[in-house]
Amino acid sequence: MKKTFLTAVALAAVLVTTGCSSGSDDESAAPASTGSAAAGAGAATTGKVTVLAAASLTESFDKIGTLFEQLNPSAEVTFSYGGSSGLATQITSGAPADVFASASPATMKTVTDAGDTSGEPVTFVKNQLVIAVPKGNPKGITSLAALAKPEFKVALCAEAVPCGAAAKKALAAGGVTVKPVTLEQDVKSALAKVKLGEVDAALVYRTDAKAATADVDGVEFPESAQAINDYPIVALKDATNPSGASAFVAFVQTPQAQQVLADAGFQKP
Amino acid sequence: MLPLAGLLIRAPWTTLPERLTEPGILAALRLSLLTATLATIVCLILGVPLAWLLARTTFPGRRFVRALVTVPLVLPPVVGGVALLLVFGRRGLVGEWLDTTFGFTLPFTTTGVVVAEAFVAMPFLVISVEGALRGADSRYEEAAATLGASRWTAFRRVTLPLIAPGVAAGAVLCWARALGEFGATITFAGNFPGRTQTMPLAVYLALEQDLDAAIVLSLVLLVVSVVILATLRDKWVGVT
Repeated sequence: MKKTFLTAVALAAVLVTTGCSSGSDDESAAPASTGSAAAGAGAATTGKVTVLAAASLTESFDKIGTLFEQLNPSAEVTFSYGGSSGLATQITSGAPADVFASASPATMKTVTDAGDTSGEPVTFVKNQLVIAVPKGNPKGITSLAALAKPEFKVALCAEAVPCGAAAKKALAAGGVTVKPVTLEQDVKSALAKVKLGEVDAALVYRTDAKAATADVDGVEFPESAQAINDYPIVALKDATNPSGASAFVAFVQTPQAQQVLADAGFQKP
Repeated sequence: MLPLAGLLIRAPWTTLPERLTEPGILAALRLSLLTATLATIVCLILGVPLAWLLARTTFPGRRFVRALVTVPLVLPPVVGGVALLLVFGRRGLVGEWLDTTFGFTLPFTTTGVVVAEAFVAMPFLVISVEGALRGADSRYEEAAATLGASRWTAFRRVTLPLIAPGVAAGAVLCWARALGEFGATITFAGNFPGRTQTMPLAVYLALEQDLDAAIVLSLVLLVVSVVILATLRDKWVGVT
């Protein structure tokens, strides 16, 4: 009985915030009020919440998870990060999880098409690409076109994963043909190749470059505007903790969580 | 056996012919077979002498060396790949020197795939050959030596034929492990179709997009490896 009530509250919070995010942008006061409502619903969340999230969300979701647990001391959030497409395959194959946060609408669609979601996915942030280069930019790479030079070793993500699809779009927008030395299986692997100095540059999300500022510089380039990735999040149908799932989805959209995401370099949806 | 059955049941039999003719499959298969074979040869060249040292000689720290040989078995392959990058990478211990002296780098090359596979598969060969050497009676070698054979001649003419089944079995294990290698390869050699994308890497990336394609690729790898192993086993090991 109590559980049903909580679910209803949490669902209501989701509905309210969802309504807001699709509304006009100038309602700056509205998100704040829904934020507190969502946090209120979250305060009663208990139990384990398992979140499958795109690799690029690693740092921000770890922080958001800690905040969520502070607000809900009896809740425990577990994250599993990976390439969105791989996570989507896991979900459609029946992996036990409560929430899915994807780095692209296309991978989210494979999950919604399979009927594995509860409710509509919500875009909670956007991300765009930068050129990740080793700290100090030793090769002086300042534009997308420079990546086409044969003397530079470039890592891209494989087209099958969202960062690869975005890279392809950005390169096409700039009319640049790059011969990468490797097509990595996810964005973090591409970044790792830059960190280790094995490649001179890689196209990664701005947030990934920002998370690795100790080893990597992010070079912004105008063509990235052509390849902005929406990040959708959704509660899953087979969630073992449906109220926890909804509460987490709602919490990600609160100003508090959005601030964490903005600090990491994400843009507002 | 059950996972194999699962693959066979879920395989998209109706679209199989057209999927098999996709150009990427052949390139990945060819690369897989080539690199696994080269890696096995590398393992034979380095591994047989090492196994002989471990089985026939005593030197300080032999136990430690033997334990070291098994490290790639215990190490998660991805960690092995990172370790290889730290040594042979462009900024690695040896790799930096290779790059500045010869302008030659291993990562992202087919040679890099061979290195990664040989690293992971080597213990299978060394352990098999060492076992065979310990099982072989060293008195034959001593007899050969009393008849005036040099150590090398005795090894080549007496020991090697004695342990041939063990070497062959080790080589087969080594080849099979190299063929299935994924973690160290994708970490050290990256993933590029035709150059470093072996079958297991192709399967992994196909899984990101199209489950059916991944199943087809897995089936191809399984069938080819089973056929080759079955044929070779009869030929080399003499088991019928």
